[in-house]
Amino acid sequence: MFSFAGRRAKIAIRRMQKNKNPFIFSRGKTPAQKWMVRRKKREKWFRRCGLASILISLMFLGGLILSVIGNGYTAFTRVQILLPVEFSADIIDPEGTRTVAALSGADYRKLIRNSLAKLFPEAETRREQMDLHALISKGAYYKIRRMVMEDPSLIGQSHDLWLPAASNVDLFIKRHSMSSDAGLGNYKINAMQYAWLKQLIEGKRLRKVFNTTFFTSGDSQEPEQAGILSSITGSLLTILVCIFCAFPMGVATALYLEEFARENWFTDLIEININNLAAVPSIIYGLLGLSVYINIMGMPRSSALVGGLVLALLVLPVIVIATRNALRAVPPSIRYAALAMGATPVQVAVHHTFIYALPGIMTGFILSIARALGETSPLLMIGMVAFVTDVPRSLVDPSTTLPVQIYLWTNNPETGFVENTAAAIMVLLVVLVCINVLAGWVRRRFEIKW
Amino acid sequence: MKPCFNVSTAIPGPRSGSCSVFLVAALAVFFLPSAVQARDNIHIVGSSTVYPFTTVVAEEFGKTTGFSAPIVESTGTGGGIKLLCGGVGESFPDMANASRAIKESELKLCADNGVKDVTEIKIGYDGIIIANSKEKELYDLSKQQIFSALAKQVPGKDGKLVNNPYKMWSEIDPALPAVKIEVYGPPTTSGTRDAFVELVMEKACAGEEAFKAAWPEEEMRKKNCHLMREDGHYIESGENDNLIVQKLRSNPQAFGIFGYSFLEQNLDTLNGNLVDGVEPTFEAIADGSYPVARPLFIYAKNKHVDFAPGIREFLKELVSDKAAGMDGYLAVKGLIPLPEEELQEMQKRVSDAFSVKK
Repeated sequence: MFSFAGRRAKIAIRRMQKNKNPFIFSRGKTPAQKWMVRRKKREKWFRRCGLASILISLMFLGGLILSVIGNGYTAFTRVQILLPVEFSADIIDPEGTRTVAALSGADYRKLIRNSLAKLFPEAETRREQMDLHALISKGAYYKIRRMVMEDPSLIGQSHDLWLPAASNVDLFIKRHSMSSDAGLGNYKINAMQYAWLKQLIEGKRLRKVFNTTFFTSGDSQEPEQAGILSSITGSLLTILVCIFCAFPMGVATALYLEEFARENWFTDLIEININNLAAVPSIIYGLLGLSVYINIMGMPRSSALVGGLVLALLVLPVIVIATRNALRAVPPSIRYAALAMGATPVQVAVHHTFIYALPGIMTGFILSIARALGETSPLLMIGMVAFVTDVPRSLVDPSTTLPVQIYLWTNNPETGFVENTAAAIMVLLVVLVCINVLAGWVRRRFEIKW
Repeated sequence: MKPCFNVSTAIPGPRSGSCSVFLVAALAVFFLPSAVQARDNIHIVGSSTVYPFTTVVAEEFGKTTGFSAPIVESTGTGGGIKLLCGGVGESFPDMANASRAIKESELKLCADNGVKDVTEIKIGYDGIIIANSKEKELYDLSKQQIFSALAKQVPGKDGKLVNNPYKMWSEIDPALPAVKIEVYGPPTTSGTRDAFVELVMEKACAGEEAFKAAWPEEEMRKKNCHLMREDGHYIESGENDNLIVQKLRSNPQAFGIFGYSFLEQNLDTLNGNLVDGVEPTFEAIADGSYPVARPLFIYAKNKHVDFAPGIREFLKELVSDKAAGMDGYLAVKGLIPLPEEELQEMQKRVSDAFSVKK
């Protein structure tokens, strides 16, 4: 024992001579200590693995969001070109009848062609004229047509109009530095068109504006004319139908099963089925919708009504399960107290249990609506994956939804649709984030801790 | 075990009406839509290859006439014709896009369901392109070489059929590059695939003695000629042609099979390789010298003129010079237009079949 202390003292003195702390010195570790070190090491590893997996998934998410934003942010601006348009009577309505038929069938493209030719008289051959005309969106004449149809007195006048540029010009102006003519081929712009565009910029006949078309028009085959209004409206109608069907049914089912039903083989069967249904692949619900709603009940194909009903089937089990969990969390003392005050069982369930469970129910409900909003595959079977330009005005009008619109745009060959797709994804993500924030807020604001 | 207190078993008593109000409301919403109104949109289903062309016409039609724009669904040729032949009536589509001609069996299905008069309208041609990245050189492939690269079975050295042994292009022909055979193409559900195997695989296979020896009956021989290899050298890439375009950009050694409109939109990054010495240009497909081209169709039910307004006018717009002509807006989208005479024949066919009979 003494010799041990003496050795310690010697070590301490040696350490002091080396200007080190004399009281720290190494000693053989006991097996228990070794075990402790190993345990701590393992624990550290486990924590590091967890952190790494979070970092990896964050990296993927960040990459995804960055690529979506990088591709899509340009879609919120559009390039317009100022053209002096002459509403010549000879072209629009040579006979001077001013009837709706004459005005609607007129060749408004020619007005644009004429005005371009006046601006750039150097385009002489047919090929050059076609290249020149290709600078302006093919749908630009819809705007002139609408103006003339609304106000026929425009005929004979001249106005400067901002018209949308063609998709490749739009991308070129937004993405290219314009300092040199390198990489023109990537945008399908030739040297002559490049010179014209430079002239337009110098003459202040070219501007970038906020892209209102994207929010005010339906689908189109021209990227610069396409918008998400019809699909957003379709999504809204579909979700409304879904809410009106799924919420009352789901809540009523859960209330009955939880508060009134006797426990027997029948309710067990129902319970197993509900849990199973929550895990069924969503395309199955589409098939069910096709055969029941469309083929048997004869509802119109591609309509928001059928879409909403199919999505209602999809979220029903989720709502039932969420509601039952919320109801279960309400302590029995509430029920006893209400019963003791003379309330009937239904009054207990509806006036007390249900009200106290409502925050939990709402959270589950909002999250299931978010899921329904992002669904595409069940809609494929019932014809909602379709090209719809008109904004649906009723539940039975043909419509499509935002995720479907995204899917359809990815299939289009034109490069301009890439930014449209990314922009639509951004809109969908914003909506979903809002819904999730709302769910979180409802939970925090109204949650009752027992 | 139920954690909650089961009220109904504890105390029986009168129930208030509020819960049943819920149920009644839910049921009412559920069964309300039995009163369905008449359709005011034309309904078109079918091929995803024809989809971009039909939708352009639909959009133009909706914006420039008083009718509402037709609804176009992309279901694939087979699925579209099946829907079309489901029967006559408001709940069935009016027209189907098809990237191949209608089959005997499909016509029989139509007839069984009482769909008698279906008008076939050819709207133009589409070339099937064997493309690769612009970073690599342009190749001239013969049908025989393509067949050797992609078929499931090829004639072996002893003249008998063996499973495709080729792994590199240079094994087929020393003039071809020494890179792995990797071809992205459409799956079996696609009309593009049907046309490709018919135009390339079947033609190349017809002259092979080994196939004649192995499958004496023509039906069986055809079926086996159509088989593509499944050992990872031919990669099915779904109906989305943009995906194939992206794959070719990231993997310059690979080839891809898709329609001409996708090549035209991506000429800056992709080569359209020559087949049998012919380059897939607009002109070569239009005059029929490019060998892998197929017609595109729209099938319309004559009787459906009564079910949706504007069918007559829509079809007229579809075959008009303004749309399907040489300088029409469909040609701008990548459709190879019909020759002058054939287009006139189509215009006549439409005005005959859908004339006003009164």
